[in-house]
Amino acid sequence: MKLTFTIQGGDFTHAGHPSSEVKKILKQLAIDGKTIKNIVIALYEAEVNVVAHAWKGTVNVEIDENKITIWVIDEGPGIPDVELAMQPGFSTASSKVREMGFGAGMGLPNIKKNTDKLQIETEVGKGTKVKMVNYFS
Amino acid sequence: MKLKEIAAILDATISCGADRLDDEVEMGYSSDLMSDVLTLDTDNLVLISGLVNLQAIRTAEMADIRAIVFVRNKKATAPMLELAIENGMCILESPYSLFKSSGLLFQAGLKPIY
Repeated sequence: MKLTFTIQGGDFTHAGHPSSEVKKILKQLAIDGKTIKNIVIALYEAEVNVVAHAWKGTVNVEIDENKITIWVIDEGPGIPDVELAMQPGFSTASSKVREMGFGAGMGLPNIKKNTDKLQIETEVGKGTKVKMVNYFS
Repeated sequence: MKLKEIAAILDATISCGADRLDDEVEMGYSSDLMSDVLTLDTDNLVLISGLVNLQAIRTAEMADIRAIVFVRNKKATAPMLELAIENGMCILESPYSLFKSSGLLFQAGLKPIY
């Protein structure tokens, strides 16, 4: 099963819609609750990152028999130092993002915690591609 | 602790999810920072927050949190309640501060996560 969603930078109103849809589908597929929670939290964090930092993005989801693969691809400023961005507490979020309850520098570390495989490709000034894989237990 | 006990302790109004008032929650977590809420491994909890926006509901949805108390007399908007109802959540609104709400619930036996 393949799904595609678009994300607009700065649009906090619709952030979480793709995660919500993926959650519904995984529930219908009777995937266990803990695995669903890990997947949707990782996806939601990635969505919020696009809304908070990028201009626009796409979420591509592929659900196989034993795993889910999610690509969150954005056109945005990119991440100059991925290692630094992975450190809990490091944040470049604006005050607007912080007012929304995010921007604490926990996004990427939390994505890592909630995924079985995480791959980040980024180019400064162009954008970031995050690939997340979770296996169904 | 039942949600109806929490509502009584906090003098809270029930904005939606009145059918869940007999549900039991063991723990509470107070935060205006959704980034922190998303790091919790626990889910049978009540979220106590002064951050009243759609993302608070979305965060609860992703984190499998079924009950939220909005403090400081803040009111959930219609789109927030719509999303909360869709996800079977109970939303309470208390006139008390985050500190007072947390203190009263702790005193009454609601456990902290850490």
